[in-house]
Amino acid sequence: MKQVVIVLVCLLIGELIVYVTGVKLPSSIIGMLLLTLFLQLGWVKSSTVSGISNFLTQNMAFFFVPPGVAIMLYLEVIQASFWPILTASLVSTILVLAITGWTHQLFMDNKHVLPKKNKNSQH
Amino acid sequence: MNLFFENDVFIVTLTFVAFFTAKKIQEKTRIILLNPILVAIIMIISFLFLFKIDFEVYHKGSKLIAFFLKPAIVALGVPLYQQIDKIKIQAVPILVSQLVGCLVGVVSVVLIAKWMGAPRDIILSLAPKSVTTPIAMEVSKTIGGIPPLTASVVILVGIFGSIFGYGIMKFTRIKSSLAQGISMGTAAHVVGTSKSMEISQNFGAMSSIGLIVNGVLTALLAPYILELLNYLGLF
Repeated sequence: MKQVVIVLVCLLIGELIVYVTGVKLPSSIIGMLLLTLFLQLGWVKSSTVSGISNFLTQNMAFFFVPPGVAIMLYLEVIQASFWPILTASLVSTILVLAITGWTHQLFMDNKHVLPKKNKNSQH
Repeated sequence: MNLFFENDVFIVTLTFVAFFTAKKIQEKTRIILLNPILVAIIMIISFLFLFKIDFEVYHKGSKLIAFFLKPAIVALGVPLYQQIDKIKIQAVPILVSQLVGCLVGVVSVVLIAKWMGAPRDIILSLAPKSVTTPIAMEVSKTIGGIPPLTASVVILVGIFGSIFGYGIMKFTRIKSSLAQGISMGTAAHVVGTSKSMEISQNFGAMSSIGLIVNGVLTALLAPYILELLNYLGLF
């Protein structure tokens, strides 16, 4: 229960910051940075929030199903410019993947390899 | 019966069952194209068509699920914290690659769409397509796009990235795991990050960095990049 409160409080402070300052960033991103900060400062222990964090981050794809279905609401606009929308977004995505990766590799002297296994995976 | 189908509880359950089934299909078949989000979306759309349920009704009921995307993004703070030392030693590569990624993401999509003859408001809606839905919709509104269209394209890009992203990077010889992780987040936002998270939490943390830094950069720079393109007469 405590971990749910911690995550929600971070989100709420994020909402408050957006409300007060009018900054054009989503509250969720601010909340994420706050949680990282609180962990770093030692105000929150990572073992306290690891349960909810694992559950939410490993099932994150699920939360995109409803907005995906909502595409049907804008079918007409999409149909009218179907090929430009599809080609431009997909080609651009390939370019971003490749060029971001190349740039990062170029500026990183040695090649790092990350472990492919989760330590505390639920699978 | 149709009234029962319009019940919020029914809509939420339908979404859970569809995603659960889609995940099982993915685990059984291991076919990369059968992406759980994509399969679940198709199952739900078919169901709504079959029982003639209005998409508006589904949209309203499913807001209960969409809400949890916010706490899920907050929860990414944990893997981010666990990787903080790795992030510190690569501050320069991260910053440079994110600036380049942000620029390529906005400029390439605008120029291609323009070249293919898309109307101006559509092009503007595509500009923030690489970043996560809430940021992308905000940017779209600021620059004069259609935010709901932006949201749809963001999902499309995310699904495409999560299905083909690691394949594309293998093909383009991006061998460093750190670079692979971060590129996924830069190009395919939260959906790409969820794919990385399935590989390991380390990949997921790198993707979260790409997601955050590119999100912030795009929010700050997209209006100016478009102004520059306009000034150069390219758009």
